Amino acid sequence: MGELEALDLLLGLALVALAWRLLAAPDLFEGIVLFVTFGLLLSFAWVRLGAPDVALAEAAIGAGLTGALLLDARGAMPGASVEGPARLRWPVAVLAAATGGVLVAAVLTLPAAPAGLEGAVAARLEESGVAHPVTAVLLNFRGYDTLLELGVLWLAWLAVAAAGPRPDPRPELRPDLRAEAPTGPVLAALVSQLVPLLILVGAYLLWAGAHAPGGAFQAGAILAGGGVLLRLSGVPLPEAARAAPVVGLGFALFLGVGLAQAAAGRRFLELLPAQAHDLLVLVEVAATVSIAAVLAALFAGRRSVS
Amino acid sequence: MLELASSLFVAAGLVFFVAGTAGLLRFPDALTRLHALTKADNLGLGLLFVGLALRAASWSVAVRLLVVWLLVLFASTTACHLVARAALEARRPPRG
Amino acid sequence: MTLATWYALVGALLAALGLHGAVVRRHLLRKVLALNLAASGVFLLLVAPGARGPTTDPVPQAMVITGIVVAVSASALAIWLARRLHAETGRAALPDAEDDRA
Repeated sequence: MGELEALDLLLGLALVALAWRLLAAPDLFEGIVLFVTFGLLLSFAWVRLGAPDVALAEAAIGAGLTGALLLDARGAMPGASVEGPARLRWPVAVLAAATGGVLVAAVLTLPAAPAGLEGAVAARLEESGVAHPVTAVLLNFRGYDTLLELGVLWLAWLAVAAAGPRPDPRPELRPDLRAEAPTGPVLAALVSQLVPLLILVGAYLLWAGAHAPGGAFQAGAILAGGGVLLRLSGVPLPEAARAAPVVGLGFALFLGVGLAQAAAGRRFLELLPAQAHDLLVLVEVAATVSIAAVLAALFAGRRSVS
Repeated sequence: MLELASSLFVAAGLVFFVAGTAGLLRFPDALTRLHALTKADNLGLGLLFVGLALRAASWSVAVRLLVVWLLVLFASTTACHLVARAALEARRPPRG
Repeated sequence: MTLATWYALVGALLAALGLHGAVVRRHLLRKVLALNLAASGVFLLLVAPGARGPTTDPVPQAMVITGIVVAVSASALAIWLARRLHAETGRAALPDAEDDRA
């Protein structure tokens, strides 16, 4: 990778300072806004580390969606946003410092020569069905991880749905009354222009993932961002997007592809190089739909029965 | 020659960013701060875009920079409008 | 120092800061913020050492993309539970051991 430059030193220090400040800020709103800033700077750091796929996921999911979830929750929890200054507890501080110290020591004693897996990935890339190493690892070489991750997403949505309808103490936040939300015509106009563009960007990222940074996760996150924008501007998420077949589609299809391999006498999720490309395209499209639906639904919650 | 022009545009853009940041930190209320901030977003980023486009390896990179700038313009205009609305709302005496 | 070492060190600091914040801060949404910080630190610790070679190792990158999605799923569930708690009790923090005694 590139050389260490003054930019990296500034970026790293800014990340640590922001982290300190967002934990220490007395006002929770300030903390959340700084968290979004932190996420955007962190995605810049991912680019510096030569990991643009992670940068895309960080900007869309880490900074964007998590920030929106937190801001929305803060708005729905009025009167409880101020807490007293953190009490300094020595055992906790010592434990955290010791953990940090061990990690720093581990970093400083890393051998200079990398013993990574990039060579192994490059050697078998042709058999994976895609030309981009990160996508090859995600969907083929470490397909297990991604399958289980789609399962985690699905479970998270089931748990949120099971935790009851959207608890909004303030009636003006209820989706059915949100048509006259105090956001005005400018946001609605922007959203009406931006959402088609987001769909286009999502489709592009899904297509690009086969040979360049991008893929199902980033595409799904962008589409979910469109869903969040729609909701914020007063358009409720269509109920169909939260239907069980849509949110479970990615997991079910990936599992089916894996089981089909086992049934054909190969190992679970072991894809034949000749079929890998077509199967991965199928899995990626289904995963994108599910990821977008679940992430948007996690924001919108189950519709309140009223 | 092109390099020099590019550097001048980038430097001019940075002046707007510094001024916008100073305004954000020093101005007394939300509306004047927004005024300072949008100058950095619009003009500062626009000048940066011109400077970087002069250095771009190809037309396609320059067009992409232009699209990024346009998207930021739309987004920052809307965000500014929303913050200003919220600021005016907060200023008004509570209804009822 | 190299790029990889620097960002790995930043990651170690973030992990420690986030861990401390998650225990010390009481507001539940602040705990979610702190845990996300700690997760970001761990992600940096995973990917940065893979950047020692000429290209960045794709395996930890894929793991971290997976991790980011799992982190947002867990955060969404935690946030939802916090909202439920607030809707039911009006509180945004868990009762303390000291509160129990009082």
